[in-house]
Amino acid sequence: MEKYVCTVCGYVYDPEVGDPDNDVAPGTKFADIPDDWTCPICGAGKEEFEAES
Amino acid sequence: MKPVEIKEDIWWIGAVDWNRRSFHGYSVSPLGTTYNNYLIVDDKVALVDTVDKHFWGRLKCNVAQVLGDRKVDYFVINHLEPDHAGCLADAVEHYKPEKIYVSPMGEKAMKAHFHYKDWPVEVVPTGSTVSLGKYSLNFVETRMLHWPDSMLTYVPEAKLAFTNDAFGQNIASSERFADEYDPWVLEQSMRHYYANIVLPYSPMVIKTLDAIEDMGIEIDMICPDHGLIFRGDDVAWVIEKYREYAAQKPKNKAVIVYDSMWKSTEHMAEAVATGLADKGVSVKIYSMKADHHSIIMTEIFDAAAVVVGSPTHNNGILPLMADMLTYMKGLRPQNKIGAAIGSFGWSGECVKILTEWLEKMSMDVVDPVKQKFVPDHEGLGQCYELGLLLGDKIQEKLAE
Ligand SMILES: Cc1cc2nc3c(=O)[nH]c(=O)nc-3n(C[C@H](O)[C@H](O)[C@H](O)COP(=O)(O)O)c2cc1C
Ligand SMILES: [Fe+2]
Ligand SMILES: [Fe+2]
Repeated sequence: MEKYVCTVCGYVYDPEVGDPDNDVAPGTKFADIPDDWTCPICGAGKEEFEAES
Repeated sequence: MKPVEIKEDIWWIGAVDWNRRSFHGYSVSPLGTTYNNYLIVDDKVALVDTVDKHFWGRLKCNVAQVLGDRKVDYFVINHLEPDHAGCLADAVEHYKPEKIYVSPMGEKAMKAHFHYKDWPVEVVPTGSTVSLGKYSLNFVETRMLHWPDSMLTYVPEAKLAFTNDAFGQNIASSERFADEYDPWVLEQSMRHYYANIVLPYSPMVIKTLDAIEDMGIEIDMICPDHGLIFRGDDVAWVIEKYREYAAQKPKNKAVIVYDSMWKSTEHMAEAVATGLADKGVSVKIYSMKADHHSIIMTEIFDAAAVVVGSPTHNNGILPLMADMLTYMKGLRPQNKIGAAIGSFGWSGECVKILTEWLEKMSMDVVDPVKQKFVPDHEGLGQCYELGLLLGDKIQEKLAE
């Protein structure tokens, strides 16, 4: 599964790890994260993320 | 204050803002502050950061004192916030630099601040090096410590790091080095600065310090952009302090912060404090009417428990408590136990609202205590019991 990078702060979303602190279970694909989820580091929205190259 | 040569041909040329009492409008700075910037005089001359716009005259005067008629060749812009880049447009026009070095995120921030067209900007991602002659500049991005654009510049030949906002303190002084200054006041100021500015980025602090350790670079001088410079043994000390702050390990301490109209909530706060103290916990009580949110935040920062109190006011809480909670949540304090208290008259929403705030901060929340109008002996007894309960919870937490 593809990782996604926050273009604002560089945080990497790894689907294997998820973001359990914010109710995103491990194994959740980036596309399946709710739209109101925000970057746990800088607070940027989902639209600020890009697939890791 | 005059320029000070801090290493051979490396000069502090900052401005001391003796009368500054509000730092960026959200934090107090009772000791004033400084905007430190630096000049490296080598085959090429590099200006590292600028100062608050208000001090543009000071900057020109300082540069002239060091350089005489020589020109400035390069600018290094570690952070675009106006306290450090405030003179940038004036400086570009005045010195016409050959190059402006900035981080990748810094370039974006620079465009959005200055809307320039033809500045000689060169983006320097982590790992880039620029030679000045005998000295060189190594750039390390420190994204989100505390803005996306934050960057650190390291001079290996001088073992010196320009860290911009990281390691800063709001202190106006005639001294330039930490070892010349009162250590207790220095530490208090560092703590206040960390709790109010750096705290939300604690994970980045740990990551950055680990990365620096892995790079194996030697540092014997840390030059922040506010306050005093660390050298010698103080370097290891301040890095250790930052690790300690970033770990957010709670102390045997509780902070009670409240606002009150007719003193019912205030009396409840005192009863909770007595319970906590009877369990051997160090307690501090703050009324929002007496202190600024940034002073209270510095105390909350290393406490194991936070008790928030407000009466019900127009189906909500008092505005100064809303101020405190908004501010506190933004700083993302970790590892805390939380509890709400409040007096009410009829509908009594206060403790529910306060508790929701504590939950949003992921605190380990215990049941609140609310009292109708004026608490009696038994009502205050419930508050005392809450203090005892919190005392036990704190001991459990510290034993973890
Ligand atoms: C301590 C601090 C925290 C900030 N946090 C954010 C943030 O989380 N998100 C954001 O978009 N901008 C953030 N900013 C940037 C400000 O919103 C930005 O500098 C803005 O232009 C300031 O507007 P003003 O000139 O009206 O104060 C922050 C600025 C400071 C000083
Ligand atoms: Fe800043
Ligand atoms: Fe700053």
